[in-house]
Amino acid sequence: MLSIKNLTKSYNGRTIFKDLSFTVAPGEVLTIVGPSGIGKTTFLNILAGLIPADSGSIELDGKELTIDGTRQGSEVGVIFQDFNLFPQYTVTENITLAPRIVAKEKKATYTKTAAELLADLDLTEHQNNYPFELSGGQKQRVAIARALAMKPGVLAYDEPTSGLDEASTERVTSIIQKLQSRNATQLVVTHDLPFAQSLNGKVLDFSKDVER
Amino acid sequence: MHYILEILPSLLDGLKLTLGVFFLTLIISLPLGVIVSMAQRSRFFALRWITNIYITIMRGTPLLLQIVFVYYGLSLANITVLPRFEAVVLTFVLNYTAYFAEIFRGGIQAVPAGQYAGARVLGMNKLQTFRYIALPQVIKTVMPSVGNEVINLVKDTSLVYVIGLGDLMRAGTIDVARDVTLIPYLLVGAFYLLLTMIFTVIMRYIEKRLNYYR
Repeated sequence: MLSIKNLTKSYNGRTIFKDLSFTVAPGEVLTIVGPSGIGKTTFLNILAGLIPADSGSIELDGKELTIDGTRQGSEVGVIFQDFNLFPQYTVTENITLAPRIVAKEKKATYTKTAAELLADLDLTEHQNNYPFELSGGQKQRVAIARALAMKPGVLAYDEPTSGLDEASTERVTSIIQKLQSRNATQLVVTHDLPFAQSLNGKVLDFSKDVER
Repeated sequence: MHYILEILPSLLDGLKLTLGVFFLTLIISLPLGVIVSMAQRSRFFALRWITNIYITIMRGTPLLLQIVFVYYGLSLANITVLPRFEAVVLTFVLNYTAYFAEIFRGGIQAVPAGQYAGARVLGMNKLQTFRYIALPQVIKTVMPSVGNEVINLVKDTSLVYVIGLGDLMRAGTIDVARDVTLIPYLLVGAFYLLLTMIFTVIMRYIEKRLNYYR
């Protein structure tokens, strides 16, 4: 369960959002919509721990997450808009790096997890490819696998359909639904309304439902 | 031909010293350059300030002058008397570390911010991020510039004659003065050319090896 309470963020004297509160339960997909520049990605970066909020709290599965923008942890699995895959590593290495050096898992454990994720996300045939050899949709699935490998409490997607063709968009929709059926807690930031509707979850419209 | 064989041993002796200065400088100043480039980006103002002054001086004055200063200056100032070879290696290391640090700084800045964000949300700490994410990308970026400096270093070693060290260049000069012929210099030139060609091939090979990704 992800629980956001009274989160407030202002930037350069402008309030981006004020007293933002909502919850996302396991098996639930919350979609945050709104036009560009409204603060969706800002919220996502605060959730990811990359930038600070002014006040409020973020609680994930009963544990309070810091909001000072200095967090270093994998509780929130982030699928960035441009994926931020590590170009010097293969698909498998991108997925296993953090389990190996951060979670300090045994080789047998992280190789098994990686193999399952690769099969699950239809990436097995690309396991030894480098990111530059992949299409946008494939890169995105690697980014999802890489986040999932660290067993995050919530998955957060930033504009997952931007730059994807229709087939890849349908594919990411079905991945999100598959993870939903496995009780993942998911949050999607998008300005693609048809895509948001296809996710069939709660929708938070930053241009209407948010105080400033 | 007979003459060439006659002067070859003294030239090879000089070559040994040239290569000694070259490899010692490279082995010490490359890792030091990484450390100094990190100091340049330190949170501590004083450290950044000192680093910048150091780099400015090292890049802003002739290497020849620096050799003279370290060798004669340190003893005149009653600090320490370094043997010639040690003084030369110290100067070259100080000088090349500054150049390498600047090259690495550029390489570090070229790593996209998203790479750091990607590493942080996976729980990596600063050291892990540097070691596993940034450094490999930095090495690839800086390799052509480092290659340039390596070639420069080969030729810069000829400056050690100023404090009377017997390198390749000096060995040639002695033969030229004694035998009144330019043949030793032709040979010396051929040696330098051969060395730079070898290192160029090696650097190209490394660059090619690093080209497995984009």
